[in-house]
Amino acid sequence: MRPIMRPGQFFWVVVAGLSTLVLLALIAYLEQLKEGLGVTGLNQRVSWGFYISDMVFFIGVSYGGAMTSAILRLTNAPWRAPLSRLAETMAVMSVLVGAVFPLIDMGRPERMIYLFRYGQVGSPVLWDVIAVTTYLTAGAVFLYLPLIPDIAACRDRLGPAAGRVREFLYDRLALGWHGTPAQKHVLEWGTTVVAIVIIPLAVSVHSVLAFLFGVTSRPAWDSTILAPYFVLAAMFSGVATVILVTAAFRWAYHLEAYIEEKHFKYLAYIMMTLGAGYGYFMFAEYLTEGYKMHQGPGSILELLLVGRLAPFMWLFGVGGLIVPILLVALPWTRNVAGISVAALAVVLAMWLKRFLIVVPGLAQPLMPSSVVIYWPSRVEIAITLGAAAAIPLLMMLFFRLFPIISIFEIEEIAATDTTHHEEAAIGAAG
Amino acid sequence: MPISRRELLQALGAVAVFVLTGEVGWSTMRDVNSQPAIAAPPAPGGDVPKEQHQWAAVVDLRRCDGCTYCTDACQTTHFLPKEMEWIKIYEVQDTNGNRFFMPRLCMQCENPPCLKVCPVAATFKSSEGVILVNQDRCIGCRLCMAACPYEARYFNFRQPPRPPKSFDNPMPEFPVPQRKGTVGKCVLCVHYVDQGKLPACVEACPMGALYIADLNTRVMTNSSGETYEMSRYLSENDGFRLKEELNTSPRVWYVAGHGQTIEGQHWS
Repeated sequence: MRPIMRPGQFFWVVVAGLSTLVLLALIAYLEQLKEGLGVTGLNQRVSWGFYISDMVFFIGVSYGGAMTSAILRLTNAPWRAPLSRLAETMAVMSVLVGAVFPLIDMGRPERMIYLFRYGQVGSPVLWDVIAVTTYLTAGAVFLYLPLIPDIAACRDRLGPAAGRVREFLYDRLALGWHGTPAQKHVLEWGTTVVAIVIIPLAVSVHSVLAFLFGVTSRPAWDSTILAPYFVLAAMFSGVATVILVTAAFRWAYHLEAYIEEKHFKYLAYIMMTLGAGYGYFMFAEYLTEGYKMHQGPGSILELLLVGRLAPFMWLFGVGGLIVPILLVALPWTRNVAGISVAALAVVLAMWLKRFLIVVPGLAQPLMPSSVVIYWPSRVEIAITLGAAAAIPLLMMLFFRLFPIISIFEIEEIAATDTTHHEEAAIGAAG
Repeated sequence: MPISRRELLQALGAVAVFVLTGEVGWSTMRDVNSQPAIAAPPAPGGDVPKEQHQWAAVVDLRRCDGCTYCTDACQTTHFLPKEMEWIKIYEVQDTNGNRFFMPRLCMQCENPPCLKVCPVAATFKSSEGVILVNQDRCIGCRLCMAACPYEARYFNFRQPPRPPKSFDNPMPEFPVPQRKGTVGKCVLCVHYVDQGKLPACVEACPMGALYIADLNTRVMTNSSGETYEMSRYLSENDGFRLKEELNTSPRVWYVAGHGQTIEGQHWS
């Protein structure tokens, strides 16, 4: 329980670095609050940019964490045990960060309460509010339930050594867990229900995020495939983020004994499959639109494939789909390093792809005029970087309080020499 | 345990609150659909009160020379910064290679996409059919800007210019000054029109290319005082509306005459 009790110097250095980025983002946001959205690079045509891309990206990434954990839990994949806590924590922290972006993007954030007071059920914005808050609640429960036995373990093992605040916290949050068969039964039942519920919930979140774009008559977004497209993109980027987070925490917290190369390989296979699926969706969309070349969709396609934005689009296609899939497919690079590089490429490329969905859709004129360029300001860049830093920061602080590896699940699955294993798990997690 | 009467009433109360709020939520959308369809000619002496107008506009593209006096007048009247062109002049090349100018104001759609997507009902349709924004309600999400097929909506990215003190009483019909962080748009100067004046753009047009029209009385008139019966004028001059296929049912008609495609689709 070393990170829980006495974190090393390295921990504080990283926390300081990430906190600085978050702080810079806060300063940038204060400037935006004072001056208005004029401090962004947005204009009358491209009125959504980095913030909306960030919202779709971070909420999307969250789904990968929830899905990896939920689907693997429901299919009883035994290898998931050391990954589920990391994946679930990432899911909650990233949706927390993602859910802030609609607020950041709002011209009048102080009127947020109007969404509840005057909410119009006919508006996709309201669908988003409902879906995201429901999903966030379910995600938090999904993280908390399997955490209960571990909190109880902290309570029992650390005792007064944890300090008064933590002792109180562990005592309350453990909800009187003593590992009786009846308690185990209820917990297992509850976790299964939440795992089942969270999958359609996450699908709903990404579908309504897509509808935010799909209900407009902008040619770039006027597509029936948009909702499944968004769901698949969320899963793809999310699994890649799980890999990235796992690699980073495995290295920093010395979890090699628990998270092995095989875990990376399994996750990489899932990522590769989702990537291939995403490529197929794109192909299906572009082929049918490119064949007809109708005015609106045709000019968007031209802009993306051969026009001004083509370098970015091909960077996504090659760097975000082809190279990562090759890195996983080829046996020489199918190792922790190769898979981590592939995951990093996918994460960055999927952010870029969101940008390429949001911005060209608006930049393309609907009236007889030309494409308008949008370039983000330093405020938008600072806030985006701060948000990206906030996720690992929140996770590190969370793991200061709670075990990074699910002691309970490792035990349940291994079920051999319980006491010895538990000691070892706590030793590693701690 | 049997439910007590008190509990039952409380439960019913909760259901009623839900139904009522649902009612509020849908009401604006239903209003949109219950507005009289523009295609149907207004019943002579129908049940609409005489003093209640249904405002519309007609743009004669044959006359517009692109001077942008209309845009300037609009910006002066509403104290707008330069980039807010509630009436915007596009320079267009038609299929024959000729250039012409096309003023675009808010289409005041019968079935407005901007109104449908607004999460807080800040955008609404007045009893005279003009689409207005309550800038005390707007949260600045800008989904309406993405949804408007005519790019007729503008966002106040910064603090708008300050008008003299006497103007400092914004209302949806005369939104001056604009509010930072909210969306603004052409209001067809309904504030003036109700007083029997012309909208600022119509008044300022030296060519008489812009007409204000009333669908109830079926009269249209411009700055030179030329007045026509709207339906006859539009049918004789092949009046058309922009993007009919989107089913927004605009209240702005155009009259072409430079060989433009009638649907207004094939601008280069």
